[in-house]
Amino acid sequence: MMRIFIADDEAPARDRLKVLLGDIAPELPTTVVGEAKNGLEALEALPASGADVVLLDIQMPGMGGLELARHLAGLERAPAVVFVTAHDRHAVEAFELNALDYLLKPVRAERLAAALRKAASEGPAPREQLARAAQAPREYLSVVERSRIVLVPVRDIIFLRAEQKYVTVRTREREHLVEESLVALEREFSGPFVRIHRNCLVARAAIRGFERATGSDDVHWQVVVDGLAERLPVSRRQWPLVREQIADQ
Amino acid sequence: MASIRQNAYPDLLPDFRNLAVMARVLLAVNGAALAASLYAAPELSDALERFVQAAAFLEPLLLVALLALFAFSPWLARLPYAAGCAAVVAAVVALAGLYHVATVSIVPDIAPSLVRTLLLAGLLAASLLAYFRLHTKAYSPALAEARLQALQARIRPHFLFNSLNAVLALIRRDPRRAERSLEDLADLFRTLMSDARQFVRLADEIALLERYAAIEHLRLGDRLRITWDLDSAPPDALLPALVLQPLLENAIYHGVEPGTAAGDVLVQIGRRGDRVHAVIENPYIEAEQRRAGNRMALENVRERLALFFDAEARLDARVLGERYRIDIEIPYRAARP
Repeated sequence: MMRIFIADDEAPARDRLKVLLGDIAPELPTTVVGEAKNGLEALEALPASGADVVLLDIQMPGMGGLELARHLAGLERAPAVVFVTAHDRHAVEAFELNALDYLLKPVRAERLAAALRKAASEGPAPREQLARAAQAPREYLSVVERSRIVLVPVRDIIFLRAEQKYVTVRTREREHLVEESLVALEREFSGPFVRIHRNCLVARAAIRGFERATGSDDVHWQVVVDGLAERLPVSRRQWPLVREQIADQ
Repeated sequence: MASIRQNAYPDLLPDFRNLAVMARVLLAVNGAALAASLYAAPELSDALERFVQAAAFLEPLLLVALLALFAFSPWLARLPYAAGCAAVVAAVVALAGLYHVATVSIVPDIAPSLVRTLLLAGLLAASLLAYFRLHTKAYSPALAEARLQALQARIRPHFLFNSLNAVLALIRRDPRRAERSLEDLADLFRTLMSDARQFVRLADEIALLERYAAIEHLRLGDRLRITWDLDSAPPDALLPALVLQPLLENAIYHGVEPGTAAGDVLVQIGRRGDRVHAVIENPYIEAEQRRAGNRMALENVRERLALFFDAEARLDARVLGERYRIDIEIPYRAARP
């Protein structure tokens, strides 16, 4: 029996999907293990629901379907995702381009059955594929802790620093480790973040000033950031770029 | 006739009962008199004297002509445009003739030649009509756009497919409500496909708002809370079609749909003296600014109000703390019963 989770902000749309799941039950038995009416709710409830497939509306308040899917992809037992949309032409183009499956509202029973079968056989889409289909930077980074998804708002991040296999995400309160590449993060958040070193991106809004470093041959300047005592070294190579970019603000 | 009509919106006479139209006429005629005085006078000081003389002759005639046009405005509006123009020019010339004869019998020297008075009156009337025609033309793209935009907004897949989806969800569980929703949808589309150039009764625009709201309620459920304050709304007031509905749609699209909590929308319409005042208010969601596009609807409503009411209409849009509020004021004109 396939376990389904439904996330859509409109109650009638969720009802409709449930009715259709009932219609296709003789050939494809399913059970609905959870529902959510916005992205944040879905993120909260989904990991514990044990869903195999999530039917995900693209335009939801709080967090849209695409960003939600990217966070879900971090789960150990990530569900397969089928996007549902009434209209979003740009999203549909991006799905086509990246071979992601989607359904158009009003949804037809046959299409729903086909999409569910395909999702069950192919499993979750890789993160990179979802990232390529995204049209806007995420509002959160996510960390999976004890099979719960913890969200870190991007606007709270002070800096991102590459360690061996991980990237450290530093907020005023604490540190998180995310399994992403700094290069990809730099590309996604090129607006609010600036690279100060081969291994470090700093939030522009958090930069308070620069200090001369003493004692080291390699490092000349370091960044003073809001709310942290730690100073972040600016590499010799990045210094002219950083100075120029910050001067523009 | 086989030819394609180039201009879907035929010319209309100006609304002679609009204060702004009257003000424009007064300014233009006095401006012309001043220009003529400057041109004719050898010295600047003489010009002022000439202007005062001319004005003394001109002003009473001007006021009488404006009064006459005011009185016959509804009748003139029913004539075809060309005939209407001819009637206006003829009326002004006739009035000028009568006035000339009357004043000259009292003050013989005030105006030298009857022919000159008639010619000047006719020329001025004709040029003003030409001016108003251009003025209207400058705004007329807004009319065509209003219809297109409204249609596009409704045919916008977001609304159409989500509404159809919601109705589909109802068909088995609550067939009666599904029927009503389809009827509402049909009524909405019928109005959207009608002519945005028309005036409608406020009662009809309110009925349209309610149908539209019913469809949105179906989709959004408890998330959409609309407070209707319509007790002092004059049902017979005339207003241009599709002025309020696009604004309510904006309120829901920008203020309710993107929010995770329920959103309160206020629709308040009432009469204050000879003005009709409408307020549409919704929660202001800051992150929502990137979902652009509907500022266009607001601009279009503004342009059409200017076209129909000239300076007598007002539209303000502003952010008040956590609310976004639109105020509209138009002159109260009652529909013929």
